[in-house]
Amino acid sequence: MEKDELLKLENRCIQEQPPNCAAACPVHVDARAMMAEAARGNFVEAAKIFRKTVPFPGIVSRICDQPCRTLCKRKEAGEPLAVAAIERACLDYAAGLSEKIAVLPKKEKRVGVVGGGLSGLTAAFDLAKKGYAVVVFEKGPHLGGSLWNFPEEKLPGKIIAEDLQVLERVGVEVRLNTTVGKDISFEALREDFDAVYVAAGAESPDVFGLETDAGGRIVVDSATLAAGREGVFAGGGIRLAVGERSPIRSISDGRIAAISIDRFAQKVSLTASRGGEGPVPTRLYTSTEGVEPLAATPISRPQEGYSRDEAALEASRCLQCQCLECVKVCEYLNSFRAYPKKYVRQIYNNLSIVMGHRQANKLINSCSLCGLCAEVCPDDLHMGLVCRKARETLVSQGKMPPSAHDFPLRDMLFSNGEKCAFARRQPGTDQSRFLFFPGCQLAASAPEHVKSAYTLLTRKLSGGVGFMSRCCGAPADWSGRTELFQSTGEDFLALWRDLGSPRLILACSTCYAIFKTHFPDVPIVSVWEMLDSLGLPESVKVEKREAIAVHDACATRHESAIQESVRNILRRLGYEIEELPLSRDKTECCGYGGLMFFANPELAKSVIRRRCEESPRDYLAYCAMCRDYFAFAGKRTLHLFDLMFGKPTDEAALRKGPVYSQRRENRVRLKNSMLREQWGETTAEAQGYETIRLKIPDAVQQLMEERLILVEDLQQVIEAAERTGYKLLKRDEDHFIAHHKPSSVTYWVEYSPSGDGFVIHNAYSHRMEIAEDVKP
Amino acid sequence: MTPQEYGAKEKAWLCMKCNLPLEMGKIGISYLGNTFPVDLPRCAGCGQVYVPEDLALGKMAEVEKLLEDK
Repeated sequence: MEKDELLKLENRCIQEQPPNCAAACPVHVDARAMMAEAARGNFVEAAKIFRKTVPFPGIVSRICDQPCRTLCKRKEAGEPLAVAAIERACLDYAAGLSEKIAVLPKKEKRVGVVGGGLSGLTAAFDLAKKGYAVVVFEKGPHLGGSLWNFPEEKLPGKIIAEDLQVLERVGVEVRLNTTVGKDISFEALREDFDAVYVAAGAESPDVFGLETDAGGRIVVDSATLAAGREGVFAGGGIRLAVGERSPIRSISDGRIAAISIDRFAQKVSLTASRGGEGPVPTRLYTSTEGVEPLAATPISRPQEGYSRDEAALEASRCLQCQCLECVKVCEYLNSFRAYPKKYVRQIYNNLSIVMGHRQANKLINSCSLCGLCAEVCPDDLHMGLVCRKARETLVSQGKMPPSAHDFPLRDMLFSNGEKCAFARRQPGTDQSRFLFFPGCQLAASAPEHVKSAYTLLTRKLSGGVGFMSRCCGAPADWSGRTELFQSTGEDFLALWRDLGSPRLILACSTCYAIFKTHFPDVPIVSVWEMLDSLGLPESVKVEKREAIAVHDACATRHESAIQESVRNILRRLGYEIEELPLSRDKTECCGYGGLMFFANPELAKSVIRRRCEESPRDYLAYCAMCRDYFAFAGKRTLHLFDLMFGKPTDEAALRKGPVYSQRRENRVRLKNSMLREQWGETTAEAQGYETIRLKIPDAVQQLMEERLILVEDLQQVIEAAERTGYKLLKRDEDHFIAHHKPSSVTYWVEYSPSGDGFVIHNAYSHRMEIAEDVKP
Repeated sequence: MTPQEYGAKEKAWLCMKCNLPLEMGKIGISYLGNTFPVDLPRCAGCGQVYVPEDLALGKMAEVEKLLEDK
C-alpha cells in the first residue's frame, strides 16, 4: 500500500469527522464531549471542555445564537439539545474552577485593536496569550461594546465584568474613551503598531479609509480577514452582513484575525492550511433509526437556569453522534475495538514494518472479505478489499504467518488432486452444453445431494451436462496466494476447454463469485436459477410448511437473481419466508468467508453465534459451509438441497457437518462412486498408509478437529513408525508414541495395536522443526 | 512441565529402535529461520527425540505465534 492510497482510504472512513454541532460552531465547541461529561454530572470536566475554545464562557452561554442547534441530529427524534443552557449550568456547577492561563514569553511586536467588543477582545486575548503587547482602543467608558445592549436579566453586567477580567490576567492594555480617527488617528495607530485589528462593531461610523463594498462594509479576505492594507485586519460586525452577525461569529472572527496577525508578525504564509476555521462542513453520518424521540428538558426556574439534575438529563439526550455503521453490523470490525480509519492505518504500518512485531497480521487475516461494511458505509469503504490486498502483500513479502491458511490451502490441493478431482462428459454423450460444478464443500458435506442434483440436471437439460469435481480456488484467492490461484485457474481452464467450453452450473455461491470475478469468459449460471426455471424434482412432496428464515450467502450479495430464485423455489416447496434483519445485499458471512475460521476461530465462532441468534426459526442456507457452520453451533439449519432431495426432518436440520477427515473422505468416495455408477469405470483401491485401520474415540476425534489433524495424518505417522521401527514406548501405559513430518507440520500420535488396526489415544502437532539427528 | 520434570520422567520412555531409555539432551528447534536450544528427552542410541504434548501446545505454540508476527 502506498502512502497516498492509505490517506485516501483513511479519508473515506468518516468516524473521526466532527459531529454537526462542533462543525457548525464557528469556534468548534466540542458539545458532544461536553454533553457526555454533563450527562454524568461531571460539570467541572464539561466546563473545562467549553472554556477550552470559548474565551468568555459566561457571556457566550447566555447570548450565543447556537448555530449548533440548527444541525443537531437530536431534532430528528425530538428537539435539538439546549446547548447554551447546559453550558451555563456547567459553568454554574463548576464554580471555583479557575484554570491557569498559559502566557508565552513577551514578544517585542505590538498589536493595536480598534474596538472593545467581543471580536476585538477575543483577538486581544488570543494575541496577549501568545506574548504580543496588545492595546485595545474603546470609544466608550467600558469594554464590551454591544454586549451592554442586552437586558440585564439576560446578560447581567456582573457576568460581563467577570468574564472580561481574563484580559487583565493576560496583560492586555485598555484605553477607554478613546475613539480612533478622532482622539488618535488611524495612521498614527498604524505606525505605532506592527499590526492592527479593526473590530469597531456594526454601528461604527468610520471605516478608517479601508476599502468597502456597496453596503459600506469593509472588504476582507474571508479566510484571513486581511483588509487590503499590509498589517491591517478587520472582522466582527464591521465586516459581517446583517444576517451573518452573531456573538459567536464575532468571537470566531477575532480568533481568525489573531491567527493571521501572529502569522503576519512572524512573516509566514497567511493563507497556508486555513481550511478549518469558522463554520466547516462535516461528513459524519449518524443514523437516528430506532432512536426514541425525547422532548427538551424544561427549565423549572428560568431565571436560575437548569438545576444539576435537569442539566444532566438534558445533556443525556445527546446522541453522541458517531458513524460506526460498519462496526455495528460486523463482529470482525467490532472485535478489534476500533473502526476502519484506525484499522487501515494499522494495516499500513504492519505492511511497512521492517523490524519488530507485525501486530496487525491477525487483523488482516480475520476479515471474511464479505463486503457488508461497504454496503452500509456512507463512503463505500470496503475493508475486505483492503485486507485481501494486504494478504497479497504479506505473501509477496514472505511475511504471511504460515499457520493462518495452511490447512485450507492443503485442503484445496487435496480437492484438486488425483483422489478427488475429475471431469467427464455426461455418459453416452460426445458434447457438453453444460458442466455441473458442485464445489468442494458441497461434495464434502452432502455428496448424496451432488449425485441427486446431477441426475436431475441430466434428465431435465439437453445438449449434455458434464461433471467436474474440483475446488474453484477460493482459498488461494482469499489468502492472497495470487500465483497459486492463477495456476489453479489455468488447470481448470484447460479441463474446461477440453470439454468444449460448456456453461458452468454452480452450486456454491463462492464458486459463482470466483468465476464471475476472475474468469469473465467462462459462462456461468447458479444451480438455483437453473432449477428455478427447470422446476422441482417430481419426487418432491409439496405441502404447506412453517416459515423458514433465509440466510443469503455473502458471495451472492449483489446477485439478486440468485436470491430471488432461492425464494421462488422455497415458495414452490410450500414455505413461508422470513427475511432476517440483515439479508440480500446486506447479508452477513457465516464465518467461512476469507478463511476467517482458520485465521481466527474464536472470532468466527462468535460471528456464527451472532448470526444464529437473529431468528428463532429454522435457517435455510444454500451454501454448504453456511449450513454446516450454523449446524455446528447447534442452530437448526437446512440446505436447499435437503428440501429438494431429502426431507426437512429434525435429523436433517440438526445434522452436524462432517469432520475435516470425513469431508475429505466424502469427496474421495464421491469421485469413486460416481465414476463407477455413472461411467462404469473401475477406481483405484486404497493403498499404502490409507489401508491402516484406526479406532479413534470421540474425545480424540474432537481434539483432532480442534487441532486440524486428519485421519490420514495419523495413518502416515503410524505407517512410518511401524515400517522403520522409530517409535517410543510409554512404559506405564504400554502405548507407542511416534512422530512424522510429511510437509511443514510435525504430527505426534500416541497409539497401541488393536486387532488388525490401532487405537489412537492422543494426537498433537507443532510447526517448529526439531534438529533431530536420527542414526539409522 | 519444566525440563527437569521431563528429565525425571524420561526413564518412563523407551526407544523401540534401540531398546534404550530416553535421556535428556540439548536439541535445536527452529522456526522461520530462528533456532533455539531446548532440553528434550532423546535416545542416546539413535537420536530419536520426544516432544511432549504440553511443550508442543504450550511453549512451542507460543513461540511459533511470536515468530509469525515478527
